[in-house]
Amino acid sequence: MSVNTDVKTYTGFRAMTLVCMFILYAPLIVVTAYSFNASESITTWGGWSLRWYVDVFSGPESAKFQQAAVNSFSIAIIAATTATAIATAAATAIVRGGKYRLRTPSLGLITLPIMVPEIVLAVATLIFFNSIGFTRGYMTILVAHIAFCIPFAYLPIQARMQGIEDTFEHAAMDLYATKAQAFRRILFPLMMPGIISGFLLAFIVSLDDFIITNFVKGAGVETLPTAIFGSVKQGLKPNIMAISTMLLSLSVVMVTISYFVSKWDNTK
Amino acid sequence: MNDTVEIAVDVRDAIKRYGDFTALQKISLGIRDNEFFTLLGPSGCGKTTLLRMIAGFEDVTEGGIYLFGDEIKTLPPHKRPVNTVFQNYALFPHMTVLENVGFGLEMKGSSRKDAAKRAGEMLDLVQLSQFAKRKPAQLSGGQQQRVALARALAPSPKVLLLDEPLSALDLKLRKAMQIELKHIQRETGITFIFVTHDQEEALTMSDRIAVMSAGELQQLGAPRDIYEHPRNMFVADFIGDTNLLEVSVDKITDGRAQCHIGGGHELICDAVDGVSVGASVHLSVRPERLVLSDQASDGNSLKGTVTENIYIGTDISTMLDLEGGPKITVRTSNTERGNKRLIEPGSPAFVNMEAGAARLLVD
Repeated sequence: MSVNTDVKTYTGFRAMTLVCMFILYAPLIVVTAYSFNASESITTWGGWSLRWYVDVFSGPESAKFQQAAVNSFSIAIIAATTATAIATAAATAIVRGGKYRLRTPSLGLITLPIMVPEIVLAVATLIFFNSIGFTRGYMTILVAHIAFCIPFAYLPIQARMQGIEDTFEHAAMDLYATKAQAFRRILFPLMMPGIISGFLLAFIVSLDDFIITNFVKGAGVETLPTAIFGSVKQGLKPNIMAISTMLLSLSVVMVTISYFVSKWDNTK
Repeated sequence: MNDTVEIAVDVRDAIKRYGDFTALQKISLGIRDNEFFTLLGPSGCGKTTLLRMIAGFEDVTEGGIYLFGDEIKTLPPHKRPVNTVFQNYALFPHMTVLENVGFGLEMKGSSRKDAAKRAGEMLDLVQLSQFAKRKPAQLSGGQQQRVALARALAPSPKVLLLDEPLSALDLKLRKAMQIELKHIQRETGITFIFVTHDQEEALTMSDRIAVMSAGELQQLGAPRDIYEHPRNMFVADFIGDTNLLEVSVDKITDGRAQCHIGGGHELICDAVDGVSVGASVHLSVRPERLVLSDQASDGNSLKGTVTENIYIGTDISTMLDLEGGPKITVRTSNTERGNKRLIEPGSPAFVNMEAGAARLLVD
């Protein structure tokens, strides 16, 4: 790279990088460190301890958090799976559907929820459930999560599909494969890395969602984010930091998997 | 044995339209069994469209396509006993070479084991057995090309379609593959339909060539026939190098046409149907059929001045301005005898040709 275009040579590059890194990561580091605090206080350091992790699993709030975790994970798995299946079908239709008139609008429609402010989606979903007379509870959260996870699952799948030339399917059909066989044996395996990425993204988005969940959940049904929020309103205790740190670790793991899947190429 | 040649693919009055655009205008041709048949033409001439119509990837707007007598135009690609070698090979990137080659057999209903066995034999044929377990991305372009060929041949198609399969290879490899393809065609006895825009490739490999342009069949014949007796301006110009001269026909006697070109040079050549006295037509003569000399010959002899000698390895190409304007190019082989005939630029020279060397073109 020539000296003139290398951003490292720009004035203030190093300072700006450090500021950005600090703003992004300092809070996470503080939360992680204080989750190991032996003290009751969230601001004074009282030495290393795992007591808040023990508290999460066996303390007074453990039952509430455990139920919330079960809800969160079951919803995330079901919602991500369903959304990924729908997104796979949608990507196949939109990328392989030839040139039809509504192609651009359908692409816009499917990715629109990412652009719309989440609070708008939350209100709209709530009104929708009310107007069809759905009782709020676990099911309403699940249905809402499936809906808003679709675009997140869709984008990586579409990106992957656009790199797959349709001559592969032509070749398969030329070699006596029916359309279904060509999809199953050729297109689907080639789409796989995109599908896995889409699933992981949808899973994280579902696990992490607060606004929509808070609107559509019924009384007494909590997910981890709403349970944490409820607990924080009572006063901030270090056990929240322990839960947050565990969620953070999970996210790091998922993002790492997602990274390797996106690099993974089943053609080599 | 039956004396009549069996027709493998019969294209009858096939028309292809995309909206208002006509890609193929009523093409009819019969491709013989066991033949190496080439569809030759510049890009956009409709040759690939015709190939894709035979494979089943394009509908036939009008007319019919018959495979050994059976109408196939309504069959989907997977029900046609023809296989294609694609231009970019289209090898399945997630499968090994062996799985790629066995794919067609498996889809046809062979067990995985039988498919693998036959695929192994096909890899032997193209000398790639040692790469059976590799993925296509780990092979060179030439190796991928041979895998694509083995994959298309493995299910024993009645006809093999090849869509410019050599165009991505470098020149040396391409030449080697041309010979190999020709050999494989003879060994397997399968009808090959080969699409290319490279006239030299077509001449090298084909039993017969169909020259196409603008969606129309221009000429159909053996390589020698097409090269030496081009039917029209397009074919003469597209196949090989040629001198195209405007001529006026003065007299036709005993199958010989007496004519003159610009500058008043007199010429005698074979008359062709459709050319009458007084007609202003074109004359095609190959540069290598002309002889450069410092003396006029008894027959056709054109006087001019050498403007340039270009060294091109096997030959030397000499450009001349004929008296009165027309330009002409002569090719002299780069041999001791040929080099003695060369004349320095600026010097006068004669271009001699036999009557049979030139050909009158109707259009």
